Amino acid sequence: MFGQHFLILPIVLPLIAAPLCILLGHRQLAWLLATLVSGLSFVISISLLLAALDQGVLSYAVGGWEAPWGIEVRLDVASAMVLSVVTGISTLVLIYAKASIETEIDTSQHTLFYTAHLLCLTGLSGILSTGDAFNLFVFLEISSLATYTLVSLASDKRSLTAAFRYLVMGTIGATFILIGVGMMYMQTGTLNMLDLADRIAAIGGSRTLNTGLAFILVGVSVKLALFPLHMWLPPAYTHSPSAVSAFLASTATKVAVYVMVRFIFTIYGAEYVFHTMGMDLILLVLAIVAIFKCSFMAMAQSNVKTVLAYSSVAQIGYMILGISLASAAGLMAGLLHVFNHALMKGALFMAVGAVLYRTGSVDIKAFRGLGKKMPLTMAAFVIAGMSIVGVPLTAGFVSKWYLVTAALEQQHWLIAFLILLGSLLAVIYIFRIIEAAYLKKPIESAANKDIKEAPLLMLVPMWILALANIYFGLDTSLSVAAAQSASDWLALSTLSEGGVQ
Amino acid sequence: MSFIVDYYNYWVVVFLMMVGFYTVIVANNLVKKIVGLNIFQTSVFILYISMGKVSGGSAPIVAEGITIYSNPLPHVLILTAIVVGVATTAVGLALVVRIKRAYGTVEENEFKDKDDLI
Repeated sequence: MFGQHFLILPIVLPLIAAPLCILLGHRQLAWLLATLVSGLSFVISISLLLAALDQGVLSYAVGGWEAPWGIEVRLDVASAMVLSVVTGISTLVLIYAKASIETEIDTSQHTLFYTAHLLCLTGLSGILSTGDAFNLFVFLEISSLATYTLVSLASDKRSLTAAFRYLVMGTIGATFILIGVGMMYMQTGTLNMLDLADRIAAIGGSRTLNTGLAFILVGVSVKLALFPLHMWLPPAYTHSPSAVSAFLASTATKVAVYVMVRFIFTIYGAEYVFHTMGMDLILLVLAIVAIFKCSFMAMAQSNVKTVLAYSSVAQIGYMILGISLASAAGLMAGLLHVFNHALMKGALFMAVGAVLYRTGSVDIKAFRGLGKKMPLTMAAFVIAGMSIVGVPLTAGFVSKWYLVTAALEQQHWLIAFLILLGSLLAVIYIFRIIEAAYLKKPIESAANKDIKEAPLLMLVPMWILALANIYFGLDTSLSVAAAQSASDWLALSTLSEGGVQ
Repeated sequence: MSFIVDYYNYWVVVFLMMVGFYTVIVANNLVKKIVGLNIFQTSVFILYISMGKVSGGSAPIVAEGITIYSNPLPHVLILTAIVVGVATTAVGLALVVRIKRAYGTVEENEFKDKDDLI
């Protein structure tokens, strides 16, 4: 009896827990509640993923109102997979946050941090599970508003201007999505995603629908920080608290990638977007420019968090590259990279946060000699860094491998070459930091003497993610199977015009 | 000519949208940026609201002798979007207050460090 309501729990649980965190008023209790709720959502998401792999699609009518009149909550393999990643990373980040935010956020605002984090989780889960285009916009704004707050919580005053820039660009992006959804409604008279897919296929294209698609793609590109709309991302990731950077880098942009996949493959249909509208070439060019431009930018930075932020934009390029190949293999590689990148960026930002916790700086100079002083943190950094580069036996290698395979499948030798060249650039910016940590002598000063290993509560989630990078590099059956069936399902739903189930 | 007259509501929307967008981009004062953002969002509200109007249609209330009704759904949708807009404005203004406290100014060209520009 309770079972049928499982689908909506990942949205409802954090939503209820968020105000409770403020009401509790005690930061230890708020931490405990937030972590438990997030962990519970993770367990539910995993069970939903298993059910989706088994049954294909799970559907739930909110308030008992059947679709297309009511709002439908709808999980398929693709969304259940991303939902598991998001809730899992959220739980690990919350465990990590307890120690991390002590130095980075004012004590009086700790309960607010947990509240904003849970609201952000609510929004992200909502985006992933909703089957309604307008509802998606609302959840997008819930998560975005919580994100602006999270970014501005850092005690560094530059986080305020970063949050303001993010707010302005994010709101413009969301409003573009709203315009696009309005145009789709104008032409089709429905907001349910499956109905939209049916009717758009029946209409076969009109100027209103094309304009709507353009607005939606630009709006989502702002949210997922596709080059050249990424200008909000580096300052926001650099100046926000480390726990927030780790959470946003591994979830928020990934969910935006999912939204793009949803609009292209489920609603408009790949055939229409890529062949009739010719979006594949635009996305492909932007993705490749993103990989190179932002990798070069990452090399030139001295702030390690900025290096990782630019590296994030470059990695988003790989995901969009996979999508723009317009094939099931390319989509699968893109989704796989969404999953793997969440693991590696989460671990990297956590390691940098641990360094900030002990040394008080994230400049590359502060990393000198840390290989000896914080061996476990730096080892986790090296593993996740290898994964970004795409060294064999790490998760990053698996997604790069599938990406190259997908490019070669269509005889795109140049693209495959560019993917490999992009990985070489990643070697340079990651190795600069590793070199500083292991090969350079530390600057001797009184303050540097007593730097020791990060606290256990920070090390455990960091190492879980680092080990996951190795695990999913060795045993690819789970992640590849999930991505495979997700992309099969999406490609299939395009072919049969959304009429699955 | 009919292209302009028949679609006058969309011309209003496009005009407001561009005014708002332009303000967001060129305004030097952060509060003015928020104002521009609000005008930009409001234009989309008008787009939705005018979309729901059916010519000759009455308000969607069941009454005798009325057969054509306007579509209430876009109006209801936009109620939600207005709430989202208000929340965004509130967060934006709260940030402006904190920026004023931290930097002592809300004029972009008075920030000392050019990296902080918005």
